[in-house]
Amino acid sequence: MLRIFARILSTGVVTEIPPPVNDNELERVGIEVRQVLAARYGGSFAIREVDAGSCNGCELEIHALNNPYYDVERFGVHFVASPRHADALLVTGPVSRHMESALRRTWEATPAPKILIAAGQCACDGGEFGASYASCGGVKNVLPVDVQIPGCPPSPVDLLRGVLAVIRA
Amino acid sequence: MSRFDWLSEYLARLQDEHVLVRHGTATRLAPAHVLEIDAEDWGRAGQEANAFGCRWAGVWADQAGEDFAIFCLLEYEGDYLILSTFLSVATPLLPSHTPYYPAADRPERHVQDMSGIVFADHPDTRRWTRHQAWEEGDYPLRHDFPVAGREDPGETPPDDKYRFLRVQGAGVCEIPVGPVHAGIIEPGHFRFQAVGETVLNLEQHLGYTHKGIEKIAVGRNSHALARLAGRISGDSTVAHSWAACQAMERAVGVSLPARALVLRALLAERERIANHLGDIGAICNDVGFAFAFYQFSRLREIWQRRSAELFGHRLMMDVVIPGGIATDPGTEALAVLAGDHRRLRAELQTLFDILEDHPSLEDRLLGTGCLKPETARQFGCLGYVGRASGQGFDVRHHNAYPPYDRLSVTVPVLNQAGDVAARMQVRMQEILIALDLIDQLLEELPEGDICRDMPVPADNAEGIGCIEGWRGEIFTYVRFGQAGRIVRFFPRDPSWFSWPALECMMLENIVPDFPVCNKSVNGSYSGQDL
Repeated sequence: MLRIFARILSTGVVTEIPPPVNDNELERVGIEVRQVLAARYGGSFAIREVDAGSCNGCELEIHALNNPYYDVERFGVHFVASPRHADALLVTGPVSRHMESALRRTWEATPAPKILIAAGQCACDGGEFGASYASCGGVKNVLPVDVQIPGCPPSPVDLLRGVLAVIRA
Repeated sequence: MSRFDWLSEYLARLQDEHVLVRHGTATRLAPAHVLEIDAEDWGRAGQEANAFGCRWAGVWADQAGEDFAIFCLLEYEGDYLILSTFLSVATPLLPSHTPYYPAADRPERHVQDMSGIVFADHPDTRRWTRHQAWEEGDYPLRHDFPVAGREDPGETPPDDKYRFLRVQGAGVCEIPVGPVHAGIIEPGHFRFQAVGETVLNLEQHLGYTHKGIEKIAVGRNSHALARLAGRISGDSTVAHSWAACQAMERAVGVSLPARALVLRALLAERERIANHLGDIGAICNDVGFAFAFYQFSRLREIWQRRSAELFGHRLMMDVVIPGGIATDPGTEALAVLAGDHRRLRAELQTLFDILEDHPSLEDRLLGTGCLKPETARQFGCLGYVGRASGQGFDVRHHNAYPPYDRLSVTVPVLNQAGDVAARMQVRMQEILIALDLIDQLLEELPEGDICRDMPVPADNAEGIGCIEGWRGEIFTYVRFGQAGRIVRFFPRDPSWFSWPALECMMLENIVPDFPVCNKSVNGSYSGQDL
């Protein structure tokens, strides 16, 4: 136990205040997210992530939002286990035809008012996979999309910026 | 031991079984040997391969006109053997390898769904990759099937008629999970049969992320194929694109600049370390040890930022291209890695000490999700899943490709019924081994070009790629048609063999331990669904 405390103390707080050289935007974007969230969502914005057929690259970067550098929860943004608890769906991947009905059902299970964010190039326009016998292409071909976050995959900062765009919309 | 000194004995056994080898070649798909046999002998050749001790590593069909060429990949003592036969598209009937090799079960059903090959004595007649996106009797990989599908399909119905194994009796309950999961992970369906918390049976139903990769590869040029290969499984983008490029480079006979090969290995080892760092933290998180989760996700983030700085991409996508690599950070910029590695080793020493001596972690990880060596062998488990259960195959060691052929790659193998703790142990060792490998590679980093022009491939030029990705051996087959366009691309992710192993390791475990078992294996859904 003492070793764990020693490690925690020696690691210190790595969360980026002030922001590092390459991530100047993170703190500014994050603070804006928190202010808008406070005004519209009572300081809490719940996201349900749905992989509708991605290559899992986007999932890796969405995971990174929870690491100590980005620590997205400090802005009131958190990922929930059920669409019934969610304010927004964050959808990745081209929508594979095999995931089409599951995605529709997840959207139906999300209580209104609700927001749909398409994250990653595939979710925006089908990306490398496009539309085919197996893929519906971008999420907008299946459900109404509020905001698109391009990138293959989008970086954690891009993702945070996208969330901001959603809440402003 | 020299290469293929066992082959004559296997051939003798085939002869004893009256299996006629029509043609054999060591050059067509080098470094593998190809044996052409009759379709009716397909099953017996598989049976003999199993008796001989070969590992079964994949099956694929390649249509040329009115014929299918069928291939099966086997491996013995580090040598690759490919069985091949021909079938007419009109009567595509073939004996199955599944009675001898459990590993062949799902891959054969995938070939059945995609190309319409009927494996006559396959014990499981259910579809695997096909859900409801195309009709029974339609086969997407056949040439007469349009890439856009038959007609505007409208909304694809849910696949709710799949016949799962049911368990009946007092107190048995069925728990359906997925395809949309509670965490931020890929989609797939898991059907548990449980009594109380104990799992009596787990059955997987995958294929949800099927996006037609084998079909949409057709008609691409080599660079477009490499981009697609880099998106088969995002966490293995370097290894998959390397495997595809290696296959294409062998097909056209281009040799790479030494610097490109060393930098490819650097990328592949960085990918291995990044994934293991993330997963070790996530395994700890699944048993509520948040400290390790935050520590390891912090290390992963530092690692990814360095990748972005050096190679322009946090996951190093599209850096491996046909003929070499796209980005060279320069020898001076790479000098920062020595310091990175020193710091990471120091941090890991402290953290590994904590993980190895933390009672509540031991309590949850030891004895959880055991995989017997015999089961791992039957399923042909690869990478850390195989190594934690006595299966030591590593392409870098057993069939070394440049630049690993001049390095000595240590393979950490634990001869036991590997549990979650064992798989984590192997991953911890693999990080340290990969760091040593990168240091060795950088010591002898040659100067010079990083890319060669790809010559235009001859019609029907074909080749194979075998790369040790972070999950284990990735195999790729590529055939060009006319004008340098791909006509067949078959990538086989190691996840094909770890998914069924996960079903076995859950037996007699409790349902709440499923997430940690799953994370310790971390099969790729996208890599197996294609």
